[in-house]
Amino acid sequence: MVSQKKLRAWIEVLQKVYAENRQYLIDLDSAIGDADHGINMDRGFTNVQADLSKTDPPDIGAMLKTVAMTLIRTVGGAAGPLYGTFFLRASTACAGKTELQAADVVAMFEAGLAGVLQRGKAELNDKTMVDALSPALVAMKRALGNGSDFRQIIQQGAAAAEEGMKNTIPMLAKKGRASYLGERSIGHQDPGATSSYLLLKTAVDVWG
Amino acid sequence: MKKLINKPEDLVPESLAGMAAAHSDLINVNYNPNYIVRADAPIQGKVGIVSGGGSGHEPMHGGLVGMGMLDAACPGEVFTSPTPDQMEAATKAVNGGAGALHIVKNYTGDVMNFEMAAELCLAEGIDVEAVVINDDVAVKDSLYTAGRRGVGITVLAEKICGAAAEQKQDLKKVADICRQVNANGRSMGMALTSCAVPSAGKPTFEIGADEMEIGIGIHGEPGRERMPLKTAREIVGIMSAAIISDLPFQSGDSVIVMVNGMGGTPLIELYLVFHELNEVCKGKGIKIVRQLIGNYITSLEMAGCSITLLKTNDELLKLWDAPVHTPALRWGV
Repeated sequence: MVSQKKLRAWIEVLQKVYAENRQYLIDLDSAIGDADHGINMDRGFTNVQADLSKTDPPDIGAMLKTVAMTLIRTVGGAAGPLYGTFFLRASTACAGKTELQAADVVAMFEAGLAGVLQRGKAELNDKTMVDALSPALVAMKRALGNGSDFRQIIQQGAAAAEEGMKNTIPMLAKKGRASYLGERSIGHQDPGATSSYLLLKTAVDVWG
Repeated sequence: MKKLINKPEDLVPESLAGMAAAHSDLINVNYNPNYIVRADAPIQGKVGIVSGGGSGHEPMHGGLVGMGMLDAACPGEVFTSPTPDQMEAATKAVNGGAGALHIVKNYTGDVMNFEMAAELCLAEGIDVEAVVINDDVAVKDSLYTAGRRGVGITVLAEKICGAAAEQKQDLKKVADICRQVNANGRSMGMALTSCAVPSAGKPTFEIGADEMEIGIGIHGEPGRERMPLKTAREIVGIMSAAIISDLPFQSGDSVIVMVNGMGGTPLIELYLVFHELNEVCKGKGIKIVRQLIGNYITSLEMAGCSITLLKTNDELLKLWDAPVHTPALRWGV
């Protein structure tokens, strides 16, 4: 189970995680994109932190909506609309809730991923954040179906996201700026899949 | 990295403050959300022309705001798309009741942010049409890429659509003209050196002293091919061949040409590039009827250039010649 306090802690730690991984994400993006992903994620979650500290949302849905709107307003690039849409859909899935059961957490990620797919129109194996998020959701749903406990569910989600992220290395990019590279995009890990893996990994670290 | 900046995070707003102070007769700058708007906006009954994109391409787009061109421009962070709230606020600021045209360069982020902005504007009852510019022949247009990038034709489309809007043509017509310009225009760029995003602090890509990148994007994204440096004549030959064969431009066509500097190339070289291009066009029977030579869609301090050709007709040429008065482009006034 995840309380509203623990969910907020996830968002707060994400700010630190993206700040710490700023250069790592810049370096990954320099190789196949335009070198701004680390800067944008750091700026976005730093703004989220500032906005959340000014408000006291009544429930998890309202809190995630603040996260979404701040990301949409301050991230820019492709990551702004994509992560913004992820959290906006996640907020709708959590509307009115002050704690999440395992099934609610899985439903939250499912709604978020559906939003990303709709906004970005990427498919699996296009070398995008979908390649981390989609296998993570499959793994979490399977674990939930098996009756695994909450910790196992998110651990398996994060493990699948990590594998999915690593699987982007040999892929040929078909979406985003990396797709302009064609064959030259092969051999590089996708920065968006990496920031998405960090989302899951941080959930394990904070909730696990 | 050596740059004339204070702090990387202050570059965009401080530069906007300079533009506002320098061109207060033409434009106003709004902060949070950031946008540049014509001093006399909104104009009743006129379609608002709104564009935007990452900063670092100056004078595009902010320097192209003014009579006969853009009504508003939304600057993002350096090389990062602006956000939907900027675009929505800018669109509202220029809405004179005739709707707005969003001119969007084909980059994943720009397209998604403008899509969200258009949804917000429509919800507020403002009629918005968006045209996505994708003129870069360096990128294969296929299901397997994000599609061709929007580059040089953006400047020409903004000038021509701005003139059509100034004549109070309606939104559908102005959008049709924009699509016509995009369909008949092609561009390609090349780089001699990299550029450095201020907040990243180092060059975006490595390139040897004796190498060039053909087909470079305007953010330092690699293009078609890395190859040994050649003469200007050979380089213009490669670029013009790719552009001319793509549309294709044919003998007897009249074209508007832009030879654009990427930010770090002097005019003496750009005029030489134009000379070489003029020779190529003469040889192929393509008639250059207008030309623009200078830095219009740049990539920070990158050295290099891009070439844009637009197949034109009487209607487009009249709109091109119509008066324009912006910080970076001015004639007929």
